Amino acid sequence: MAEWEGIYTIWFREAKRYVRYRSRIVSSVVTPLLWLLIFGTGLGSALRFSTVPGGYQAFIFPGIIGQTILFTAIFSGVSVIMDRQYGFLKEIMVAPVSRPSIVFGKALGIATASIIQGVILLLLSFVVGVQMTPIIFIACFLLMIPISVGLAGVGLLIAIFTDSMEGFNLIMSFIVLPMFLLSGALFPVTGLPSFLQAAVYLDPLTYGVDALREVILGTGALPLYLSTSVVVIFALVTITLSAVLFSKREQNLM
Amino acid sequence: MDYIIETNDISKKYGDFTAVDSVNLKVPRNSVYGVLGPNGAGKTTLISMLCTILHPSSGSAKVNGYDVMKNSKEVRKSIGVVFQSRALDDILTGREHLEMHAALYGVPTELRKQRINDVLDLIALGDKADEFTKTYSGGMKRRLEIGRGLVHHPKVLFLDEPTLGLDPQTRENIWEYIQDLNKKEDITVLMSTHYMEEADKLCDEIAIIDRGQIIKADSPRNLKRELKADIITMKVDDQDKFIKEAENLDFIKNIVTVNSEIKMMVERGENLVATLVNFANKNNITVNSIELEHPNLEDVFINYTGKRISEGVR
Repeated sequence: MAEWEGIYTIWFREAKRYVRYRSRIVSSVVTPLLWLLIFGTGLGSALRFSTVPGGYQAFIFPGIIGQTILFTAIFSGVSVIMDRQYGFLKEIMVAPVSRPSIVFGKALGIATASIIQGVILLLLSFVVGVQMTPIIFIACFLLMIPISVGLAGVGLLIAIFTDSMEGFNLIMSFIVLPMFLLSGALFPVTGLPSFLQAAVYLDPLTYGVDALREVILGTGALPLYLSTSVVVIFALVTITLSAVLFSKREQNLM
Repeated sequence: MDYIIETNDISKKYGDFTAVDSVNLKVPRNSVYGVLGPNGAGKTTLISMLCTILHPSSGSAKVNGYDVMKNSKEVRKSIGVVFQSRALDDILTGREHLEMHAALYGVPTELRKQRINDVLDLIALGDKADEFTKTYSGGMKRRLEIGRGLVHHPKVLFLDEPTLGLDPQTRENIWEYIQDLNKKEDITVLMSTHYMEEADKLCDEIAIIDRGQIIKADSPRNLKRELKADIITMKVDDQDKFIKEAENLDFIKNIVTVNSEIKMMVERGENLVATLVNFANKNNITVNSIELEHPNLEDVFINYTGKRISEGVR
């Protein structure tokens, strides 16, 4: 029971922080809109993209949702590094709460922030002319849960192995951008050169984007049950892994 | 004697470097215990091990009867910790910090509001309690951290350099606060410091630590007494006569004149002030003033380590 309270408390703080950093919320809504409106319209005008009603803009809409969740989750995960630098992590570490509970609380908090981002984007679907029904909305919401939790796990894993914010640029170039670009957020994942195809299917975000695309547009490359299973398994693995490693490496985190 | 903290040859090694070297600490219940030493002596490492966030390389420690390794959760429930570095979230309010802490430590929901209000009264944050901590002054932040450490009614409060970087006024307030707390609550305070004055004023007992080892542990009074070097300073009308007569007194270890003052090194000076005045009267010498100085802890530290505390660890 006490552990639930610990998880809840850590989640609650994370959620509060998210809501209070208004500038972060604004920029994380504006950035995807820029992608949709400028990149989507720009490239959409040059491409003949007839597979999806609504064209290229509609095609990248699920991808941009995936991107937003990815960026929010990784950046929030990295906030553990900041907690460590500002000393607040010690206050949490010395409390009578188990290490896995700390990780679960954090991950749920991060996932909450990412899901809020995703929901804001879903509500803005009319901008790119995508039809949104209550069923699609709920299905997307449910899908976003494992996607966010999984990526929050990735963010936490990065934080566990990173000492300072100086490694941040490395994380951007070697993890976040490749995950985004390989996910098929911006292009169809079928009919690619085989080396790229392999890389695309190694990217866990591919399955998240594909599941969202199947639900929103009905044009996923994989069956929904398959992409959803991969996303759920991915979430379970990253969270378990970060809980285990966080407990193991707690001495290095001080 | 009832000890709330006991360590048994506790050590922490980082490669070849021994930060804490076979320390045996015994902290009596409900005392204010000071760990005094220069920067880098191992104070923070010792406290980190006692509050379970750092694992000892060897040896063991018990806090409130629980082993810090085997029953770390029980230990954590028994203690409040104020770290040397700030551990606040600047985008939460003071009250939210206390609420979060109460929840993490499982303070029953029905008691929480009352506890938090009590603590807020104690640390006197006033209206600032509901503002983000980034607007707080250094002293307020420290008071909030101390208050937070008390929300769950711990048996032991660890304070790692509680007044580091604070102005003298705030420092005195915090001292007063710690003394009050120790009197009113059933709580033991273990604090580390490199301020002599702080250790002297607050602590019932002090362990002097240098290069990871405890060199001496006793009450500040006994530590100073052991130096056997009180200084009595006198001003008299006939200096030469007094010195000539006083040289026959065997309790005076040394006698010198500095400007127009006579300085005598003695043991237990408080018993000798009256004797010296009577002695002067008997020899028809008028005493204009007499002053007794005890050695301070800095002298004690120099005596045991051969250096000033401010020199740090070489």
